[in-house]
Amino acid sequence: MFDQWVHSQVALGLAQAIVVCALALAVAWLGHLRKLELGRETVVALVRGLLQMLVIGLVLVWLLKGAAWWSIPALAAMCATAAWMAQRKVQSVPHSYWLCLRAIGSGSTVVIVTMVLTHVIAYKSTALVPLGSMIVAASMNTCSQVLERFASDLKLNAGRVEAALALGASSSEAALPYAKNSTSAALIPSLNSLRSLGIVWIPGFAAGMLLAGSDPVYTAIYQFIVIAMLYAASGLTALLAASGHERVAFEEERLVAGR
Amino acid sequence: MAGSKVLLRAEGLRREAGGKTIVRDASFALAAGEVVAITGPSGSGKSSLLRLLNRLDAPSAGRVLLADADTAVLDVHEVRRRVGMVMQQANLFPGTVAQNVGYGPALRGVALQAGEVEELLRTVGLAGYAKRDVAALSGGEAQRISLARTLANRPQVLLLDEPTSALDEAAKLVVEEALRAAMAQMAGACLIVTHDAVQAARLAQRTVLMQGGVLRDEAEKNAPGDPNV
Repeated sequence: MFDQWVHSQVALGLAQAIVVCALALAVAWLGHLRKLELGRETVVALVRGLLQMLVIGLVLVWLLKGAAWWSIPALAAMCATAAWMAQRKVQSVPHSYWLCLRAIGSGSTVVIVTMVLTHVIAYKSTALVPLGSMIVAASMNTCSQVLERFASDLKLNAGRVEAALALGASSSEAALPYAKNSTSAALIPSLNSLRSLGIVWIPGFAAGMLLAGSDPVYTAIYQFIVIAMLYAASGLTALLAASGHERVAFEEERLVAGR
Repeated sequence: MAGSKVLLRAEGLRREAGGKTIVRDASFALAAGEVVAITGPSGSGKSSLLRLLNRLDAPSAGRVLLADADTAVLDVHEVRRRVGMVMQQANLFPGTVAQNVGYGPALRGVALQAGEVEELLRTVGLAGYAKRDVAALSGGEAQRISLARTLANRPQVLLLDEPTSALDEAAKLVVEEALRAAMAQMAGACLIVTHDAVQAARLAQRTVLMQGGVLRDEAEKNAPGDPNV
């Protein structure tokens, strides 16, 4: 509809963004009527999201024209920011920023490097930045979910954890049920994505590949590779986040967190 | 208990946390076959003292000797198995009674046989409960399963941290009965923390008062476990 009146692509995008924001604000208004008070958070999230994406758009213009290695500091900066965002929900966890940075950084790096070495991701900015950022984002979500759930479960079950320790269990053995619950719960979205791939949803970038003239069967396989890659990064991040939290929650086989 | 072998000895135990001294230079000895009660008001440091004895907390000063060996140099898991602890809350793990009772031995790779589980359950007066889900147990039953779970490790010293404080009077007496049966079977020693002086007199041979983190005085009884004293 807008393309009849707006001829610049950026102006078109902004006009479309206004429509979507109006829709989100209408949802917030409905929430207000039901006394759910979503208004302030919705406005902040919408304004912030739009500004962030505008900035990212401008950075991408510069980055995608640059050398491939420019992607490395860009992805490192994304990891650092992702760690900061993930730790905000778990500030009660000691050394939470470094714990998140280690988990997200290692989980993402291992998968990105493996994918680049096997040429699944081409070593060029146009591939590394968008796919790398998807991996970092998936790791960030998993990391914050694991830490939030693990910390709260340990706190809720401090009595059981200490009962296990008092019976001679090691800290890993005592924390195992809660580590297991938190990692499984955090990986459910990634697993669901894998399970429902092609049945319930088709990733958005498949359309881009098809429009670019890619073979449909290869496109389908590549979608699977990307989603499996996200699962691998999430899984590795979950394991690292859980083991990292275990190290700070216990000290010399004593529970120090949540007591 | 003069002449009996000392199983557990605390020497100048001190615990400081949050700028406060919770346990102040506690020294005592626990001989084989002895049942000692520690009484005192809430917050006097009784539970904190027990936690130092099986290394759930680290002492700020002093040491604990288990059969003459300093527990600080022993493997912490071994110390906790040998100095078993029953807590104020049962804290049972989700699952069956048998899984809970077998937890400690399973950590060492030992699977308790059904007969061994049943024997432990009989000791605490809950024979036939092995297959029950712990979610369906009453407070008193859960506390007795917690006792059986600790006994499954065959501890030399049994620490009981107000094991009946969360129970009503009827359940309390049933748990006490289970405790007496367990103590009678144990060759080791038992230290029970309670704020109930009458219960201390019912269960223990001697009672030690703790106030403000200090072990104050002792009163010895004539006969162990004599309910008339």
